[in-house]
Amino acid sequence: MIEVNQLSKAFGAKVAVNQLSFTVRQGEVLGFLGPNGAGKSTTMRMITGFLPPTAGSVKVCGFDIVEDPIAAKRKIGYLPEAAPSYADMTVLSFLKFSAELRGLSGSDIKKAVRRVVDLTFLDSVLGQDIETLSKGYKHRTCLAQSLIHDPEVLILDEPTDGLDPNQKHEVRQLIKRMGETKTIIFSTHILEEVEAVCDRAIIIDRGNIVANGTPAELKSSADLAGSVVMTLRAREGSDIQTIQQQVAARPGVLRSEIIMADGARLVLRARPDRMKLQGGSLSGPLAEWAVQHDLGLEDIRVEEGRLDDVFRALTVTDAASQQAKNQARAEAAAEGAQA
Amino acid sequence: MSAFTGIKTIAKRELAAYFDAPIAYVFIVIFLLLAGFFTFTFGQFFERGEASLVSFFSWHPWLYLFLVPAVGMRLWAEERRLGTMELLMTMPIAPWQAIVGKFLASWIFIAIALLLTFPAVITVNWLGNPDNGVIVAGYIGSLFMAGAYLAIASMTSALSRNQVVSFVLAVMICLALVMVGFDPVTTLASRWASPNLVEALASFSVMTHFDGVVKGVLDFKDVVYFASVIGFGLFTTGVIIRSQRA
Repeated sequence: MIEVNQLSKAFGAKVAVNQLSFTVRQGEVLGFLGPNGAGKSTTMRMITGFLPPTAGSVKVCGFDIVEDPIAAKRKIGYLPEAAPSYADMTVLSFLKFSAELRGLSGSDIKKAVRRVVDLTFLDSVLGQDIETLSKGYKHRTCLAQSLIHDPEVLILDEPTDGLDPNQKHEVRQLIKRMGETKTIIFSTHILEEVEAVCDRAIIIDRGNIVANGTPAELKSSADLAGSVVMTLRAREGSDIQTIQQQVAARPGVLRSEIIMADGARLVLRARPDRMKLQGGSLSGPLAEWAVQHDLGLEDIRVEEGRLDDVFRALTVTDAASQQAKNQARAEAAAEGAQA
Repeated sequence: MSAFTGIKTIAKRELAAYFDAPIAYVFIVIFLLLAGFFTFTFGQFFERGEASLVSFFSWHPWLYLFLVPAVGMRLWAEERRLGTMELLMTMPIAPWQAIVGKFLASWIFIAIALLLTFPAVITVNWLGNPDNGVIVAGYIGSLFMAGAYLAIASMTSALSRNQVVSFVLAVMICLALVMVGFDPVTTLASRWASPNLVEALASFSVMTHFDGVVKGVLDFKDVVYFASVIGFGLFTTGVIIRSQRA
């Protein structure tokens, strides 16, 4: 259980994280999304107690990270962004060291090391110096370190970064499996990962939460979500424009657009009028209508909406913010010229 | 987990890291060579005609000036360079445990180097009848002085992720601590500064407090001095580390 309450962090005048509040329950996997520099890592560093918050509080399993840091840190396993580790140690000695710092001793250390080595597939490199390992192995070594004490809470900053597709799959499965009993927050740039693993996702942009919901909820807020795509066989004498207008005139349709029209097929998209539909479906009536009018319906499907569309709509790209800045500057210059 | 276990775990890792690198053996060899060289040439071990290790110990403030910062420079700079600071500071141990653990590891390393100078003790015992109590006091005093230098190196190491920068800073601070009590400097300074000021400054010097040690007097005052430099250095290390996380 993680409770984040009005959490803020400012570096000098720059506000990196602005009054974030959210809760992650036990048995829940929370995906943390956002463009680079949005404040994801800073938030995670505050939750793990590495950075002190400027304002607000974090509670991990009931322990305040500022008031009672040792007790809170005991509950947490943490994989920092760059997956750091001691280059001059072997994988085995590094894991033993982590286990000892976590308060394990004697045969418990051996057991814990065995367990995480199996979980993260490090068996073949146990005796190797960490500096000689490939990026994927280094990353997994640090991941293993975060699991060594079988923590209740896991904070993973880009856990699949630098892994090959197979390893990515393994780590996702691992997170998903552990998510059944633990409280997990992980950040990522890969949106399929969120759909595959998360129970809930938070999108943050410039230190603020801009979306918070299940992946399905987030997707449904996409611009195209709920629109119906129909593929019609082209008939002799049928006019493309007329069909498009007829579709647009059906009840519940806001407007329609032609996606593709060649000699053989016509692909149309009908955008739902969400106000009029009131949660009803558009695809059923449209299919019925197309069959009745013998339009040669080949395929009909409802678009789910895509997470990256939501992501792009909600977050500001560097290019866009640059544009806004330029515009503001130009306006200021114009005002200056007027005065 | 007790505080002691945390300190022990950190110290054990740090000490292993010293001996994992060939530089540790190079350091020990250089230390022993220089110690011997100073003792028998500049120190005029034989010419003195007395059975003591005065010529050995009196060079230690200068010998440590470069060698101790070289040992201490990696303590925190390396941690920051590797990014492992983030791991260490999110472990369930208090920062002071990590600071003390690391300091102890480097101090033990210096102690090992110092113990390896035992042939000097054998030599002087073979040649004459020295007061071995005086020699033991000298070793203890020397170890305390090394600890003081190390605490300063720990502090400068926390300041920068660049080991060279932390080395140079540590050497400068240690040099200042030596100089304000170095006889030629104090004689020169007393020509234009008030003797009280010179004496007050000299009381902060490593030299002033090591002087008695060399002569075989391990004064409680001097031990307190070295212990307070160690305390100050480690406390400041903690302040620097905390301010960097804010």
